[in-house]
Amino acid sequence: MLNETVFLVPTSYFVILSAVLFSIGVAGVLLRRNAILIFMSVELMLNAANLAFVAFARSLLDQGGQVFVFFVMTVAAAEVAIGLALIVAIFRSKRSTDIDELNSMEG
Amino acid sequence: MNLPTLESINLAASLPVLILAGWACLLTAIDLFISPERKHWTAWLAVLGLLASGVALGFEAVAYSQRGAVSAFGDMAVVDGFALFLQGVFLLSAFLGILLALNYLPRHNIERGEYYTLLLFTTSGMMLMAMAADLIVVFLALELLSLPLYVLSGFAHPRLDSEEAAMKYFLLGAFASGFLVYGIALTYGGAGTTLLSGVVEALVGGGPAPNPVLAIVGMGLILVGLGFKVAAVPFHMWTPDVYQGAPTPVTAFMSVGAKAGGFAALLRVFLIAFPATGDTWGVVIAIIAALTMILGNVVAISQSNVKRMLAYSSIAHAGYVLVAVAAARYPEVEPLAVSAAVFYLLTYAVTNLGAFAIVIALERDDGTGVEVEDFAGLAKTRPWLAIAMTLFMLSLTGIPPSAGMVGKFFVFQAAVQASVGDPLILTVTIIGVLTSVISAFYYLRIPVMMYFRDGEGQANVQPALGVALALTALATFLLGVVPAPFLQMARHALLTLAG
Repeated sequence: MLNETVFLVPTSYFVILSAVLFSIGVAGVLLRRNAILIFMSVELMLNAANLAFVAFARSLLDQGGQVFVFFVMTVAAAEVAIGLALIVAIFRSKRSTDIDELNSMEG
Repeated sequence: MNLPTLESINLAASLPVLILAGWACLLTAIDLFISPERKHWTAWLAVLGLLASGVALGFEAVAYSQRGAVSAFGDMAVVDGFALFLQGVFLLSAFLGILLALNYLPRHNIERGEYYTLLLFTTSGMMLMAMAADLIVVFLALELLSLPLYVLSGFAHPRLDSEEAAMKYFLLGAFASGFLVYGIALTYGGAGTTLLSGVVEALVGGGPAPNPVLAIVGMGLILVGLGFKVAAVPFHMWTPDVYQGAPTPVTAFMSVGAKAGGFAALLRVFLIAFPATGDTWGVVIAIIAALTMILGNVVAISQSNVKRMLAYSSIAHAGYVLVAVAAARYPEVEPLAVSAAVFYLLTYAVTNLGAFAIVIALERDDGTGVEVEDFAGLAKTRPWLAIAMTLFMLSLTGIPPSAGMVGKFFVFQAAVQASVGDPLILTVTIIGVLTSVISAFYYLRIPVMMYFRDGEGQANVQPALGVALALTALATFLLGVVPAPFLQMARHALLTLAG
C-alpha cells in the first residue's frame, strides 16, 4: 500500500521538472547582468540537481542520493557566504553589481 | 549497505590529507594569536603542516610500493600511485606558493594570516581530489579546492582588479559546479550509484543500469564542469581576467594547483567510470584539446601583459594534457598516457611557478611592472634572473634542456601510440606540435627583450623568493636533463579501481 502511494507520480516527471529548473538556471546565468541574480540562478541549478537526486534516490530505493543532497546544500551555503561577501566588497568599490561594469582589465 | 568499520574507513591511508586539513583548521585559530607584524610566523607554521603531510605521504608511498593500492572511506577514496604522485605535486606547489607570497604580501600591504590557512585548505582539497573514487568525493574535493581560491583571488581587496578577478572566478566557478552537480545527479540516475567503480559496472551492463542514456548526458555535463576548472576551450573565458587580476602568488599557485586538481578528477572520472563510452568522450576531448591548444597559443601572441600572456599559455598547456587524456582511452596506451599526463603536470608546475616567481620579482608595489617591456635590459642588471627566465620560457615552449621538452615528448609519444588507427588523435598530435612552434614566438620574445633591448631591468629578489627561484630553476633543469628517476615515479602513477 505504501509503495502504491509513493510511486503515484512517475520519476520521469520529477526529472523533467528538474531539467526545466536547471535550464532556467543556466538561462538566468547567461542572460542576467546583475551579480546577485546570476548567483540566484546558480543556486537554482544546484537545487535542480537536488531534486533530481531525491527523485532518483526514491526510484532506486537507495539513500545515497539523499545523502548527496545534504552535501550539496552544505556546499551551497558555504558558497553563499563567500559569494555575498564578494558581492558586498565589489559593491563598496563600484556602487554597482552589474557584471558588465567589471571591465577594468583588457579583453 | 554495509556499516562502516574501522578497516574500511582506513584513516591511515588518507593521513596526508587529514593532517593538512586538520592543521589548516587549527592554524586558523592559532593565527588569531599572532600579532599583525609577525604574520610570517603563520607562513612558517603552514610550511610545518605541509612538511608533516609530506612525511605522511612519504610513509604512504613506501607502504604503496609494498602492498599496492588501498581504498579508504569504504571505497569512496583510493590511495594509488596516481594519487600519491599528484599529492606530491600539490604539496610542492603549495610550498612554493608560500615562498612566493612571503615577501609579496607585506610589500603590497595585504599581509593577512588567512592567505596561508586558505592555501592549506585548497591544497587539502586538491589532495582529496587526487584520491576521489566516488562522485560525492569529487564534488566535495572540487568545492574544497575552489572556495578558498575564490577568496584568495580577491585577496588584494580593495584593489579593484583583484575584486573583479574574484567575482568573475566565483560566478563562473559556481556556474561550473552547477553543471558538475547536475551531471553527477544524472549519472547517479543512470547508473544507480555514485561510486566510480559502480558506474562502470552499470554502464558495461553488469548492474541494473536503469538508463545508460542519462549517464551519458551526465558524463557530458561533468565534462563541462571539469572543463571550466582546467580552463579548456570553450570554457576558458574567465582565465585571462582572473589570472591578471589576482595577486601574482595566487595566480602562480592557481595556474598550477587548480589545473592539476581538475585533471586529477578528469582522468580518474573518465578513465575509471566511463571507459565503456570512450568512443564518445574520446572524440569530444580530442577536439577540445585541439581548440584549446590553438586558441591558447594564438591569442597569447598578442598579449603585452606577462600575467595575461601566461594565462593564455596556461590554457594552451591544458590542451597538451588533454591530448594525453584523449589518448588514454585506449586500454593499451592508458598506462603510458596517464603517466605522461601526470609527468607533464609536474613539469608544468615547477616551470610555471618559476616563471611567476620572476614576474613577482619584477612587479612593483603598485602592481605595475608586469609588461613584456619591463623585461628589457634584465640580462645586464640581473644576469642570473635572465638565465632562469630563459630556462623557464624554453621549458614552456618545449625546447631542451628543460622539463617542458621531456613532458611534451612523453605526451606526444603516448598520443602517437594511440593514433594507430585513429586519424583524429594523429591530427590533434600534429596540431600540438605545430602550436608548440607557434608558442616559441611569444615565449622567446621575453629572452629577446632581456638580452637584446636596453632598459632599466629592475627586479627585487628577496630571500624566500630567491629560494623558490633556485628550487624551480634547478627542478626545471634537472627534469629536462635527468628525467629518468621522476619518470620512473610517474610510471607507477597508475589508476586503480577502488575495492
